Amino acid sequence: MASERILEVEGLSVAIPTPSGMLHPVQNVGFHVDRGETVAIVGESGCGKSLTSLAIMDLLPLRATRSADRLVLDNTDMLRIGERQMSDIRGNRMSMIFQEPMTSLNPAYTIGDQLTEGPRRHGQSGMSEARDRAVWLLEKVGITAAANRLRQYPHQLSGGLRQRVMIAMALMCGPDLIIADEPTTALDVTIQAQILHLLAELQREFHTGLILITHDLGVVARVADRVAVMYAGQIVEEGSAHRIFTTPSHPYTRGLLDCIPIPGKTARGSHLGSIPGIVPSLIGEMPGCHFAERCRHATGRCTSRPVDLGDGLEPDHRVRCVFSPEELQP
Amino acid sequence: MSIPVIEVRDVGRTFMISSGFMRPKRPLHAVNGVDLAIEPGEVMALVGESGCGKTTLARMMMGLLSPSEGEILLDGKPIAGWNRSVIARAVQPIFQDPYSSLNPRKTVGSIITLPLRVQGAAEPEGWTRRAEEMMELVGLPRRLFNAYPNQLSGGQRQRVAIARALINRPKMVICDEPTSALDVSVQSQILNLLQDLRAELGLTYLLISHNLAVVEHIATRAAVMYLGRIVEQNAAEVLFSAPRHPYTRALLASVLTPDPGLGVPDTHLGASYPNPLELPSGCTFHPRCADVMDDCSSRIPVHTTVPGGHVTCHLHQNGGGSDAGT
Repeated sequence: MASERILEVEGLSVAIPTPSGMLHPVQNVGFHVDRGETVAIVGESGCGKSLTSLAIMDLLPLRATRSADRLVLDNTDMLRIGERQMSDIRGNRMSMIFQEPMTSLNPAYTIGDQLTEGPRRHGQSGMSEARDRAVWLLEKVGITAAANRLRQYPHQLSGGLRQRVMIAMALMCGPDLIIADEPTTALDVTIQAQILHLLAELQREFHTGLILITHDLGVVARVADRVAVMYAGQIVEEGSAHRIFTTPSHPYTRGLLDCIPIPGKTARGSHLGSIPGIVPSLIGEMPGCHFAERCRHATGRCTSRPVDLGDGLEPDHRVRCVFSPEELQP
Repeated sequence: MSIPVIEVRDVGRTFMISSGFMRPKRPLHAVNGVDLAIEPGEVMALVGESGCGKTTLARMMMGLLSPSEGEILLDGKPIAGWNRSVIARAVQPIFQDPYSSLNPRKTVGSIITLPLRVQGAAEPEGWTRRAEEMMELVGLPRRLFNAYPNQLSGGQRQRVAIARALINRPKMVICDEPTSALDVSVQSQILNLLQDLRAELGLTYLLISHNLAVVEHIATRAAVMYLGRIVEQNAAEVLFSAPRHPYTRALLASVLTPDPGLGVPDTHLGASYPNPLELPSGCTFHPRCADVMDDCSSRIPVHTTVPGGHVTCHLHQNGGGSDAGT
């Protein structure tokens, strides 16, 4: 089964120097992705989910430093290779779909130029072959008259179409792993459903691993196989989507799920749950549980020493809390 | 039935869009023949995809745009020709993005008291006290009175925007996507606050949102807009439990609730949102409709009254619609 594992991340941390001290937006993050699997990273803004994905792609801002115990993409140790080899991987074996379809396409080049750039850079195919693949993929992602679209510029396409182009672009080189950072946040709900549908279908067909980064719990529940919940730079709970959404253990995960109104379950007009307080600053060291300040279960034990990701209710389930998962169930 | 706080009668708004150099401008019907009456104490939700005319309609209700056709009545009186500040006393907005809707160079206190200064409210010496009371009401600590927006979190900024909207005790608050720029945990705080304030101050809301889970949670009535027209309107519990228009059904189907294992629904909306400059013939929704019939592309459906509201669709029409091209 070793070849089934596409990505393995262990002890990934990011540090960014700021005028008021060292900022630790990602702390000791570890997870893995198998072929054909969707792993969702959820969390609110500032929890480090996007920086995690940029750290894996080695696209962090220059000032930021990355450290990790293990960062392996299908037998390639990404900690040991240089920038030149990394750029052979990027877009080729591992590609990314960014959040803003409006800004992530270059307005000065046609769709065709941008789609064929990847395969030509990676020496996979010549121009005509790349064009054929671009047309084929554009049709796959549901764009009609694909051959004509290649001559169009991004401004001639709507938001939904641009995001489809981004997805086609991510698939151009047949990557093993796709990282989608909020792929549907900028889109209408109706288009969102279509794009997610499409992503799931393509993933099944091409058998790629998918890391889905989002703050939308509805999207996660419907698409992901496994879920990692991040809070203030750390993974606080990790497990199968079924486990996380039916019996969430960590107080933060439970709080998040209480915050969203669910049609048919939440009484109309009733008070929604909320998480008091704000996300702590990640500058400098922080002993103990990051969520302790906002947690109603917090005791002295929570803040005295670092809390590790401990075993949860089943083998693949882990929770970062001083209480055992059984104690945390309501 | 009481007098609606705000009533929109057969309102339309047309923009002239340039179609290129030396070419004649073409009309874009952003809002077309909309009727809407909001009773006191209601939370009327306006839902639809981007570009359907929700915001244009809201801007007309705030007096920021004048309608090309039809009239808008505030408390039963037409507002055409009114001074904008008179309308502002009764109708106040809360915008989507609290990062851009607050002036970064003004303190929280001066942002909240600005409506009082603009309206020339009585007793200037009491303004600070009123602003502090309002801050307390929306859950902002008083020490933030002299703070600047960049010192506040997103949720606090949205609370400042709410305090600014409510300081003059308006009757009607127009919330244009009040929570979509906020995190989930902050969103629930703001929604709870809006609910509490409505009960406490007797406010009426127009809620514009694309988040149907939020709409279903707090709205009492809802209107669904598509390409500038309201295609279905009803009490929220009826609209959400028994949607009649195929577009409403598709919108509701695209709501992703956090239920693992259900997968992503197929909304059958296939084709993308049509170009509003070239409206489809007949029923404007027919190219995307799952229940399309033969005459949908040729006949324009008319409003059909149903218990509690109305729907504009051939599926629910007993009589005939008007012929196309008229």
